[in-house]
Amino acid sequence: MSESREVNKSSDQIVFDNVSKFYGEVLGVNNISLSIPPGITTLVGPNGSGKTTLMNLMTGLVRPTRGRVSVIGLSPAAPAEFFRQVGYCTQFDSFPRGVSGREFIRDSLMLHGIGRSDVECLTQEALDRVHLGEAADRKIAGYSKGMRQKIRLAQAIAHHPSVLVLDEPLNGLDPMARAESIALFEELGRQGMHLVISSHILDEVDRLADRVILITGGYLVAEGNIQQVRQEVRDKPMQVLIRCDRPQELAARMFSGGQCVEARLHLDGSGIYLRTGNIDHFYNTLNQAAVEGAVRIHSVAPADDDTDAIYQYLIGPEGGAS
Amino acid sequence: MSESRQAMPWRMWWLQGRRLTAIEIRRNLFSWKAGWVYFLAMAPALLILVHLVFNRGQPSRMDEDTEILAGIMQFYYLRLAIFFGCLGIFSRLIRGEMIERSLHFYLLAPLRREVLLLAKFAAGSLSAVLVFGGAVLLDFVLMYLGYGAAGRDYVLHGPGLEQLLAYELITVLACLGYGSIFLLFSMLFRNPAPAAMLLLGWEFINPVLPLLLQKISVAGYLRSLFPVPVAAKGIFALLTVPAAPVPGWQACLGLLVLTILVLLYACRRMRNLEIHYTSE
Repeated sequence: MSESREVNKSSDQIVFDNVSKFYGEVLGVNNISLSIPPGITTLVGPNGSGKTTLMNLMTGLVRPTRGRVSVIGLSPAAPAEFFRQVGYCTQFDSFPRGVSGREFIRDSLMLHGIGRSDVECLTQEALDRVHLGEAADRKIAGYSKGMRQKIRLAQAIAHHPSVLVLDEPLNGLDPMARAESIALFEELGRQGMHLVISSHILDEVDRLADRVILITGGYLVAEGNIQQVRQEVRDKPMQVLIRCDRPQELAARMFSGGQCVEARLHLDGSGIYLRTGNIDHFYNTLNQAAVEGAVRIHSVAPADDDTDAIYQYLIGPEGGAS
Repeated sequence: MSESRQAMPWRMWWLQGRRLTAIEIRRNLFSWKAGWVYFLAMAPALLILVHLVFNRGQPSRMDEDTEILAGIMQFYYLRLAIFFGCLGIFSRLIRGEMIERSLHFYLLAPLRREVLLLAKFAAGSLSAVLVFGGAVLLDFVLMYLGYGAAGRDYVLHGPGLEQLLAYELITVLACLGYGSIFLLFSMLFRNPAPAAMLLLGWEFINPVLPLLLQKISVAGYLRSLFPVPVAAKGIFALLTVPAAPVPGWQACLGLLVLTILVLLYACRRMRNLEIHYTSE
């Protein structure tokens, strides 16, 4: 009974079971164990951290050296069923030679074995969804980088997959196209599609994602929703923005009490970012300063409860694991 | 829909294979990059045409021209044009798409890897047969066109038609045999050209190898199928004289078995193929 419940649970999840991938002696990812539930999940990490390897493992483009991957109960090693449910928009910016956007989508759908009239309808629908209708009959070789990104996205969603894997999907898009793409991802997420998105544009995927996975050097650093991940790093320094009348005096007091490890004045001069390693003691000292009238505090807010800040905490500005 | 797919996988594989073959033939034949293959195939036809136009009226003998045609088939088509044409066509199918970084689109389709490989092989074979089979037919027509009624009589009522069919059969079998090997090479090696050169050398020395090793050869089987002997002397006799002649049906069967074995191994490799474009 419990086993069947476990199977049912994993059948709607993307599961990495102790997965490692080595390219010869080079580490791709190591000992990754993950269960990604339905919803929008972002995969964050610096270049070379193993994001693309993780996505390629998820879709069978590379095979794990160790461990097992399954996506909504399907194995990437059985592509005939797998890719009816899964779409993958890679970051490889290349296409078959000499094809137009429409031919590219059409050829891809033809391999699903569906009727020709359905192929035409789905092709048009996918082109419309990414707003490429007018350029559809031009050769892809003449497309801008943003258009090539869009046509790859159209190809990945054309067959209405249940799981969509997107590797850096916002790269090369202008602000308008980026907003359109984000709106499309949100719409797909609302429709119940399982989305896994990797990106460097953290503030945008932050708003999109239900969950975040942080990876660096091939190792999983943290996973969960933003707040959960924040919990995981309670012992890490946290940054707080305090709006007050005398920020320098406040910083001096916090430093002298040993509650502050770093201070940075806000650009407008009326606030200060303070970084602390012990948030509970920090707030006690701050309250004491306010009660004693040492400073007049207007507002206090965590300044880094977003992916970018957590990412910086965990991975460090150089991208090395902390 | 899914149940019917599972109940009739062969039907789905056949449909997917046919569609993929059509896509690949379009990419093989209607591309500027295929220009050199057309040139390789049509070069003898151009020379025969030039000869036909400029040497019109000069005496020539049909038996001599028949032997020249046999020489073109044995030395040029089998040893050079089909060999290198197939190297170009079949290497593009896997390695070429790896270099262009577009192979992953096929690997992300709901398609068994074996169906993908066999459809690509079918597309390569049909493309090669269309180009080289067409070229051989054109050579044959041009060669006997200058003889007028006598040429027509030789082809339609003499041994000509049988020779043409034999040459076409040799072309088809050569495309299948070399195609399968080059398709496998393009999966095994980042640059299949050195391996192809080794194969060329192997094919050359094959007649002096032990009998068992002679079975591992494309040209070895095909030599037994040539309808017109070519009087080659010295080292060139290695290219034309069958060291261990076998009946035609055995030669066809042997080559087909060799092709199937190579394809089975290629299918196995295909199942485990990974995409590492950065290492290309």
